[in-house]
Amino acid sequence: MSKHKHEHPPSEVELKVKALESLLIEKGLVDPATLDEVIDIYEHRVGPQNGAKVVARAWSDPDYRERLLKDASEAIRELGFEGRQGEDMVVVENTEKVHNMVVCTLCSCYPWPVLGLPPVWYKSPPYRARAVSEPRSVLTEFGVELDADVEIRVWDSTAEVRYLVIPRRPKGTEGMSETDLAKLVTRDSMIGTGLAKSMEDVQ
Amino acid sequence: MNGAHDLGGMHGFGPINPETDEPVFHHEWERRAFAITMGAGFLGQWNLDMSRFARECTEPAEYLSTSYYEHWLHGLEILLIENGLLTREEIDQRMDELRNQERK
Repeated sequence: MSKHKHEHPPSEVELKVKALESLLIEKGLVDPATLDEVIDIYEHRVGPQNGAKVVARAWSDPDYRERLLKDASEAIRELGFEGRQGEDMVVVENTEKVHNMVVCTLCSCYPWPVLGLPPVWYKSPPYRARAVSEPRSVLTEFGVELDADVEIRVWDSTAEVRYLVIPRRPKGTEGMSETDLAKLVTRDSMIGTGLAKSMEDVQ
Repeated sequence: MNGAHDLGGMHGFGPINPETDEPVFHHEWERRAFAITMGAGFLGQWNLDMSRFARECTEPAEYLSTSYYEHWLHGLEILLIENGLLTREEIDQRMDELRNQERK
């Protein structure tokens, strides 16, 4: 235990977590090995790198892109990504005229298998409140300026349906491998609060 | 259910302030709260909608002033008690024991 923790009494929240965990383990209701496995999966194995592969494939393979837009859950499963909070996926594509952005106004619904666990801002009241009422000003806070004639579509997730955005493919990336393309795809670009990195960003 | 969680369009919250290079968990207790919620969920005694309902039962002022994994923890506690897996008394008692241990 760190020195810091000895200097300050543990918060009620920390005590409650410890109390629940120790009671659940003693009663055999949860298995400590399962808990460690769950943490390892969501901290190290599942994250935006998965979604980036999906996007890079869609950019490279027109047939895959079509399958992805038609039946996203199935097309994402083709790449081996499936599981909790991603059972029913919808993929939306940004174009010159349409920019898509995803929120969950009611809580924190998010496509875990392709993006991992959501960042704090996605779950916080300011984003949930404002994404639907003033998306353009929200995008400005994320450093995204769109032309005035670009339509912004905001998708409000539910416990059943989760969204993934295909950002626009950056200029000058013709002929790049899927592996290199995936490096241009950021988490925020797949939520719609960012754009894919440009070639200049990665050089 | 109408409540503080129904935030779409609500005014007055100010800037979003996204964190750069954010870690998946910010504190060890968040890591553990996430894991025990998932682990207890594997028992199959409740579904996602029931979990959300339990989290949203938080009193509105508290909902808005507490963090995400505190909502999870609050929801988990309700579900464990309602489903007869743990009792309020044993949770309180265990917290007292842990508090006394920490003081030593």
